[in-house]
Amino acid sequence: MNKKKMRTEKIWFSIMGFFAAMTVVALGLLLFSIIREGASVLSWSFITEAPRRNMTEGGIWPALVGTFYVSSLTVMISVPVGIGAAIYLNEYASQGPIVRLIRLSIRNLAGVPSIVYGLFGLGIFASFLQIGVGLITAAITLAIMVLPWVITASEEALKAVPTSFREGGLALGATKWQTIRQLVLPSAIPGMMTGSILGLARAAGETAPIILTGAAYYSRNLPTELTDSFMALPYHLYILATQHAQASAVRPIAYGTALVLIILVILLNLTAIIIRNRFRRRNEAL
Amino acid sequence: MGLPLEQDNDGTEKDLNVVTKEKLTQRSFKSNVLDYVMEKVFLVFGFIAVFVLFLILFFLVREGSGALREVGIVEYLTGIRWYPSSPQEAGYGALPFIMSSVMVTLGALIIAIPWGIFTAIFIAEIAPRRVREILKPAVEILAIFPSVILGFIALVILSPIIAHLFNLSNGLTALTASLILSVMALPTIISIAEDSLKSVPKDYREAAYALGASRWETIKMITAPAAKSGIMAGVMLGFGRAVGETMTVLMAAGNAIDMPLREFFGIVVPDFLTSVRTLTANIAIEGSDVSWGSLHYSSLFVLALILFVITFIVNMVADYLINKQRRKLGNE
Repeated sequence: MNKKKMRTEKIWFSIMGFFAAMTVVALGLLLFSIIREGASVLSWSFITEAPRRNMTEGGIWPALVGTFYVSSLTVMISVPVGIGAAIYLNEYASQGPIVRLIRLSIRNLAGVPSIVYGLFGLGIFASFLQIGVGLITAAITLAIMVLPWVITASEEALKAVPTSFREGGLALGATKWQTIRQLVLPSAIPGMMTGSILGLARAAGETAPIILTGAAYYSRNLPTELTDSFMALPYHLYILATQHAQASAVRPIAYGTALVLIILVILLNLTAIIIRNRFRRRNEAL
Repeated sequence: MGLPLEQDNDGTEKDLNVVTKEKLTQRSFKSNVLDYVMEKVFLVFGFIAVFVLFLILFFLVREGSGALREVGIVEYLTGIRWYPSSPQEAGYGALPFIMSSVMVTLGALIIAIPWGIFTAIFIAEIAPRRVREILKPAVEILAIFPSVILGFIALVILSPIIAHLFNLSNGLTALTASLILSVMALPTIISIAEDSLKSVPKDYREAAYALGASRWETIKMITAPAAKSGIMAGVMLGFGRAVGETMTVLMAAGNAIDMPLREFFGIVVPDFLTSVRTLTANIAIEGSDVSWGSLHYSSLFVLALILFVITFIVNMVADYLINKQRRKLGNE
């Protein structure tokens, strides 16, 4: 390689290295600013107390509980449906127009903007079916939104199960369903859990759909009915940052909320990654 | 359950094959029924995705049809006055929102495309393993960042900087939104472009090295061109992600309803230093307190329908590109 070639290569590699480094820098700056400002607010009472004095004091407990409620409900709805769809696609379906249509729909669902889900949820559940806005409307809306991710993750888990498992079951005279239930599903479950946790994390961090379907600006009580409106961490952050009359006075609380939210989302994702890696290693050993 | 080898009812021994076959069909009659039922059950689950997608489309059209009949699609796509609840002179022009959405998204892509593609090439082709082990989780964490937090950072940190740099009284502008949106579109572009580069067979690179090409020449003339369709798909999906993003633009763009244009030496150009309101932001702002069933409510569904159609087209194009790449690399 001549000198000129080497120099050109060096320049281009540096440029690309610079952009890659910028990605890490951007992430670092984001995390740094949230941690620096948020850490001083973070305390046990901040997490366990309700907001006081028009949200200028106190903590985020109702928002934390609301987020937990709505994302748990979301997972309870989306995971069974998502796993069912994944089983059909990976175990039963043979390539054909039906499967193409299903896959196309899943990919398109993944691309529908979250606010469109919100408006759809408002239109069909709140207004058309007269359920009103509240926990259940928000949860179904979020469940539809995370469905494509749950299906994709569950399919990955099923694909990772060796074909020999299925062949073994069928060779022993078991029906397809017996094979799936007793051989395939047990080894796919950790992978499916990964998908569920990722869905949970996504539901916990989403704001746009719940703005229209049931999140409350401020509510004194925790929700007790499925149709109650609820506080949620991301919406609480949005309110504190943009809708509050004393937006700059409540800024520390907003930072604290942001920090708790990002810790929650990263922890959930980390759990999912750990389960996935353990699962992958086990399957590779087989 | 071993293979059955036993006597028939009348005591005669039968051919093993026949017995096996009979026994299997006998034993599994109940399980066969269950098997059949389960297959259909799962088929239904599979169809839920199709059903939901059509339900969304159906509902957007159904709820929006009142406004479309009353006002007409042309007014929505070309009108510039948006006063959906004014009793005297109502206006339903959504062009400012469409312009704002497109402008903010394109602005984000101008930043995110080189950034994302170069980072993807760096991760897939150049970075040593240890560096890659830092870069990949960084991209993954960026991908899971809740959009409301990015919007918050744009609001409290980025916008004062923009205001200071350009001497504005308010830093909530299209530029601010574009900058933060580029960070959101980045992980999508990087991960899909990286996958696409990885799918280029090793032989391609080895053949190039064998001919005396340098690593950079191989990337420029062989690997990147071979992965072109996949990289473009990543860009399309990044576009879809940015145009549909709500919280960041809602918090960072200022939300004034106006055409984001200004005259520049007699030519009309997009104005990135003005406050804009995108399609998504307008649905979020007006959707929570609109009265259900009104013309205003119906109009919001028209906006959602416009968004749905844009993202649908973007997805189809990305799909086509990914398939094209798969075909190309599969056949050769």
